[in-house]
Amino acid sequence: MPRYAVKTARALIRDAPEPEAPAPAWARLELVRKPRTLYEKVWDSHVVTHEPGAPAVLYIDLHLVHEVTSPQAFQGLRDRGIKVRRPDRTQATMDHSIPTQNQALPIMDPIAAKQVQQLRINCREFDVPLADLGDESQGIVHVIGPELGLTRPGITVVCGDSHTSTHGAFGALAFGIGTTEVEHVLATQCLLQRRSKTCEVRFAGRVADGVVAKDLILALIAEIGIGGGTGQVLEYTGEAIRSLSMEGRMTVCNMSIEGGARAGMVAPDDTTYEFLADKPTVPRGAEWDAAVERWRRLPSDEGAVYDRTVEIDAAGLEPMITWGTNPGMGVRVSQPVPEPNGNPSVRKALDYMRLEPGKPLIGQPVDVVFIGSCTNSRMTDLRQAASLLQGRKVDPRVRMMVVPGSERIRAQAEAEGLADIFRAAGADWRQAGCSMCIAMNGDQLGSGQYCVSTSNRNFEGRQGKGGRTFLASPLTAAAAAVEGSVADPRRYL
Amino acid sequence: MQPVTSFSGKVVPLPVSDIDTDQIIPARFLKTIEKLGLGENLFNDWRYLPDGGPNPEFVLNQPRAAGGTILLAGDNFGCGSSREHAPWALLGFGFRAVISTSFADIFRNNCLKNGLLPVAVDEATLAELFEAASSDEGLELTVDLASQTLTLPSGRGVSFPIDDFSKQCLLEGGDQLSYIQQRMPAISAYESQSAEALNTLA
Ligand code: SF4
Repeated sequence: MPRYAVKTARALIRDAPEPEAPAPAWARLELVRKPRTLYEKVWDSHVVTHEPGAPAVLYIDLHLVHEVTSPQAFQGLRDRGIKVRRPDRTQATMDHSIPTQNQALPIMDPIAAKQVQQLRINCREFDVPLADLGDESQGIVHVIGPELGLTRPGITVVCGDSHTSTHGAFGALAFGIGTTEVEHVLATQCLLQRRSKTCEVRFAGRVADGVVAKDLILALIAEIGIGGGTGQVLEYTGEAIRSLSMEGRMTVCNMSIEGGARAGMVAPDDTTYEFLADKPTVPRGAEWDAAVERWRRLPSDEGAVYDRTVEIDAAGLEPMITWGTNPGMGVRVSQPVPEPNGNPSVRKALDYMRLEPGKPLIGQPVDVVFIGSCTNSRMTDLRQAASLLQGRKVDPRVRMMVVPGSERIRAQAEAEGLADIFRAAGADWRQAGCSMCIAMNGDQLGSGQYCVSTSNRNFEGRQGKGGRTFLASPLTAAAAAVEGSVADPRRYL
Repeated sequence: MQPVTSFSGKVVPLPVSDIDTDQIIPARFLKTIEKLGLGENLFNDWRYLPDGGPNPEFVLNQPRAAGGTILLAGDNFGCGSSREHAPWALLGFGFRAVISTSFADIFRNNCLKNGLLPVAVDEATLAELFEAASSDEGLELTVDLASQTLTLPSGRGVSFPIDDFSKQCLLEGGDQLSYIQQRMPAISAYESQSAEALNTLA
């Protein structure tokens, strides 16, 4: 794994000793009492059958579907003549290829229009509930699951989308799958899976002012690298995580995949239950009480062993930003562009980004600021950005887009007056969708443009062919919009 | 899926680490509702110039890539998005195996479901292969799934990991969905006893 020289935090990484051989039958009683991690509890309770020499058949409680990774799966069902086994555990939405303005009008791009129409056809034919354009529940797939109260502690969640890791914020085991597996889940509500390794990521201490959830996760990925979590499920612990809102926890879990991890999880607590309590589909009354009782047993047991532990000094963190072409290429915003020191990946990234090693990032002019995506498009994110923009103007050289994660968020942000703050500052306030996170819908960077973005990927061309992305928090993005260049948000606190 | 067995093929070297699936197939090509036809846009933004013409510097546009079936790539291949369009595009171009030191989890899974072999080797072996590929444009290698062996130009065989279950499925061209379907009674039993009550239709 290439490392990018600049240390972001004092981190301690240690590997646990190799796991012991499986216990013999006579010791099984002992095994039952063995302390387990959150991941192990959710895994154990979802294994339908596990036969020797084969992966486990894992039950999936919730399957989320969107227009881009599902058409070939529905076609597979059609070819085999089978139905969706549990439409009541499946929820579809439109998010990736849809426009974020004039959603009531027909989609101009004929290929996107066909894909969106195909999802409608598929949902109708297979009885799958769809949050269509214009529906109050429509939005980015990872935003609406929690909003509807479908994402819950201790369940398994999958979607044909790598950022399914977002839902782990509730103590769910949630991970992205490919389209063939989407078909498996549609057909059987199960997946063939192998148990992952576990890694505890402990964020010690409380963060300083101006440092938010996005900075925690960017710091972690800069530390472990984009392949550092491969084969592992991360469990985020520590005071800095406990004191985060559910939305902040979702931001952290969302980018677990950018560290290569299979999933990220946070043990549920009162913050989780408070968030869920008023959501539309959750159980009520005695059933709710019983559910909370069950959920309280989910956190990792005292003495549970992780395969690996990573510790990050959260109290010592500063606002983070990426300078390169993968999410692991991040530094504190106050740091200079790193030197390649013979590392070809760094050299290639700097060539693409047209950045000079050793020069400060602060002051680097930007053309676009994007606030949105399943990482940072929720109320907390919008409030943070609005708090900085209130009474200020977006620099005239900058085009700023603010795209809410869902229709519900759009409505709430408008009711709270946030949309007015964005508009008054000169930003473009849009309708819900993935938008410039993936640039499939025409919201995109021009070649050579620089963008400070609250999304999750800065890969070459991710936000438009030839576009150059700096990933950062909503606060850092808003500060860049005001200054017209990369800026430290702490100046505005 | 066609059974995967033993094959020899021409190597196409791409010595870049951390190649993400957005590079393998950029998002704007994901609006298709088909699996076929993606090979044309494999590595699109590296492969074509802004005017749409082929970039002569990129390996897929060089004579050595014609008929190539084995992609040789840097560390951590296939990170990022879960799009299965990535293996579909690689297969569409004609690749049957990718050699790297490691693969991202979802990508690896997607490959195995589509008969594209992820061949993970150690760093020294990868370096040796890049050496060999730079001195011999026509370099061919043999991949044998049954014995999990990659035969190097020196004649040395290196083994690569693959779990027995996936291997069996690949060798037989077998279908993992039917394996799950055959366990339907156990699934129904699980559902009635243990599954969390949840209703998206509510
Ligand atoms: S917002 Fe971006 S990362 Fe999230 S689901 Fe949409 S395209 Fe994927």
